Amino acid sequence: METERTDQIIDKHHREPSALIQVLLEIQAENHWLPREALERVAERLQVPMTRIQHIATFYKAFSLVPKGKHEIHICVGTACHVRGAQRVLDTVQDLTGIRPGETDLDLKFSLETVNCLGCCALGPVMEIDGKTHGKMAPAQTADVLRNYD
Amino acid sequence: MARNHSPAELEALRKGILSTRDPHKPLITLCSGSACQASGSKEVAASLEAEIEKQGLSEAVNLRKTGCHGFCERGPIVVIHPEEICYFQIKPEDVPEILSQTIQEKKVVDRLLYTDPVTKEKIVQERDIPFYKYQERLVFGSNGSVDPKNIEDYLAIGGYAALAKALTGMTAEEVLQEVKKANLRGRGGGGFPAGRKWEGTRQAPGDIKYVIVNADEGDPGAYMDRSLLEGNPHAVLEGLTIGAYAVGAREGYIYVRQEYPLAVENVFIAIRQAEEYGLLGENILGTDFDFKVIVHQGAGAFVCGESTALMTALEGRAGEPRPKYIRSNIVGLWGRPSVLNNVETWANVPLIINKGADWFTQYGTESSKGTKIFSLVGKITNTGLVEVPMGTPLRDIIFKIGGGIPGGKKFKAVQTGGPSGGCIPEHLLDLPVGFDELTQAGSMMGSGGMIVLDEDTCMVDVARYFMAFLTDESCGKCVPCREGMRQMLKILTRFTQGQGKEGDIELLEQLSETAIEAALCALGKSSPNPFLSTLKYFREEYEAHVREKRCPALSCKALIAFHIDPDKCQACMMCLRKCPSEAIVGGKNRIHVIDQEKCTKCGTCFEVCPPRFRAVRKTSGEPVPPPIPEEARTIVRESKPK
Repeated sequence: METERTDQIIDKHHREPSALIQVLLEIQAENHWLPREALERVAERLQVPMTRIQHIATFYKAFSLVPKGKHEIHICVGTACHVRGAQRVLDTVQDLTGIRPGETDLDLKFSLETVNCLGCCALGPVMEIDGKTHGKMAPAQTADVLRNYD
Repeated sequence: MARNHSPAELEALRKGILSTRDPHKPLITLCSGSACQASGSKEVAASLEAEIEKQGLSEAVNLRKTGCHGFCERGPIVVIHPEEICYFQIKPEDVPEILSQTIQEKKVVDRLLYTDPVTKEKIVQERDIPFYKYQERLVFGSNGSVDPKNIEDYLAIGGYAALAKALTGMTAEEVLQEVKKANLRGRGGGGFPAGRKWEGTRQAPGDIKYVIVNADEGDPGAYMDRSLLEGNPHAVLEGLTIGAYAVGAREGYIYVRQEYPLAVENVFIAIRQAEEYGLLGENILGTDFDFKVIVHQGAGAFVCGESTALMTALEGRAGEPRPKYIRSNIVGLWGRPSVLNNVETWANVPLIINKGADWFTQYGTESSKGTKIFSLVGKITNTGLVEVPMGTPLRDIIFKIGGGIPGGKKFKAVQTGGPSGGCIPEHLLDLPVGFDELTQAGSMMGSGGMIVLDEDTCMVDVARYFMAFLTDESCGKCVPCREGMRQMLKILTRFTQGQGKEGDIELLEQLSETAIEAALCALGKSSPNPFLSTLKYFREEYEAHVREKRCPALSCKALIAFHIDPDKCQACMMCLRKCPSEAIVGGKNRIHVIDQEKCTKCGTCFEVCPPRFRAVRKTSGEPVPPPIPEEARTIVRESKPK
């Protein structure tokens, strides 16, 4: 991520230290992860210590300190999806991609995360890939959907 | 648009808006909430826009993209006004017919209507459909009629009249007393009386005070706050502004989950429009009351729904709770008195000011007034958002409104109150819903999640699931929560893997007691609830897991096995083709056999086996029969008589 763009985001929030989380969220949204250089820039310009940034970047689930794959898979494991068999969907994705939640494969093709309710409970179990929702998943359909991504 | 300088100007504006709207002109409303968008409502919207153009109806019909109607099971939902014809599960290809038949010819398209599952009758209007019929939609009702991105829709249904009334017709003290008299209790979990909370802040010393909307709806399976904020953001803003006036705050915050992008978008638009119309900002409606609202996006942490943790997060730090020797309504955000209520609580405020506490208190029970929105999900026929008066029996919600359990399965329990709540079994189904009633039954109201569980759900696994959730979400600040839950999760996981030992259940009970006594915040204190309530009502399931290594619900993977009944298998190849692990051996006219070594117990074979054969069997606590010998596997079929 370019330093200039990081600066724009920081300036948008008036260099307020209390806007730290909002600044990091914007960087995450644009870049899909938080590179070290960007965090150092934020620390310098907001005048907050790097330890606090590390604390926040590891405390909140939205942030990633490592690059993400081309396709981001979110498996909803909210209660409604859980009782309708989300674990089986997750197991299938793990088997097929070889990665576990929180991981990215070596080809940077897929990143896998579990999420706690996407609020589409009527469609459960739900799998979301790159923002597109796939509802009423069972192991066989999950495999079919994954095949469409390369 | 010029700012409104007085309530009279606001009324004139409202009349102006209404005069340009012909109530007889056809209006198509389309649910565009998150859940319907996931079912394809964006594509339907595009199709409607294109088709209106194509059929030359631009002048003859209006299209409005509204918030969530609540009946998410049947989304996307289209309603044609003024006749209020409801169409469900609309696909883009249905659009031309809707326009040519219903808009042009005034005919109802039967196949898109709701079919009553019992009488098989087609139902035309929303209010006759059982899902809606038994509800009382005081707060949620406007969702289906306003475009959240257009403040004029909200003004047209009387929006901001309560604010005008409060600011110019009532003192701040009178507003506070009205809310207190209504006995509005917090809809976010604790059920603390909002009026008393407000009073504490109003009386607290200091000039700078804050009001905060908690839209960090973290309970899995609960999404009513999202739907309100997405679908009717002005109702929340109006309530918040009234609250600010009552307690003497000049600044308010909306803390909204970043996972709710549409809610964030609509709230930003709503704030901007309210400012333009003079309903937020300086000198609201020409009075000397100033109020501004700032949106803060959460970054994904369940504990931030806790009041003190949320305030810490607003300050730009990691959201960890602090001890509450002094309540946050006295010392809160940046050390100032701060009122924090959730979305639904704020959305109730305009109603109370408009119609009065006496009107509000006619709904509900002795100790719980008004209505409550529940998110009815899980093993239920009609998944969706349901608003009922407090005191409605659980049975009515689940069976009359929810339509019971799908697939002919048996009801087992309903889980309420999110991860801190508990499970209520069948024999307590006549319990009226209310804050105190649910707590007495060992569960809680929480934010209103209602997850229905059927006979296939393992209660030990449900307890393990919530413990895993809470362990993952524990902020780690206090020991009973950080370490105690980790140990409880280990033990519960052992149960589901068939490695439970005698004495484990008692150990879990001891750990629960410690967490309840010693954890710092509500997340830790209530963490044993899912375990304790399932133990209370389903102890025999725990004992089966520990003593017999058997899962009575046939759900825990480590304790179940699949095999094919050779007498029933017709060698149809369905399971063989669908098995993702290629664990089924067999062929045409060869009885199929599951290779237990390769089987991952995903259950696909069990599901795809045609119901007329039912050859795949799922068992627990008993040995799998040995595979039939190779030589006995060939099926010899008699040729069909000619």
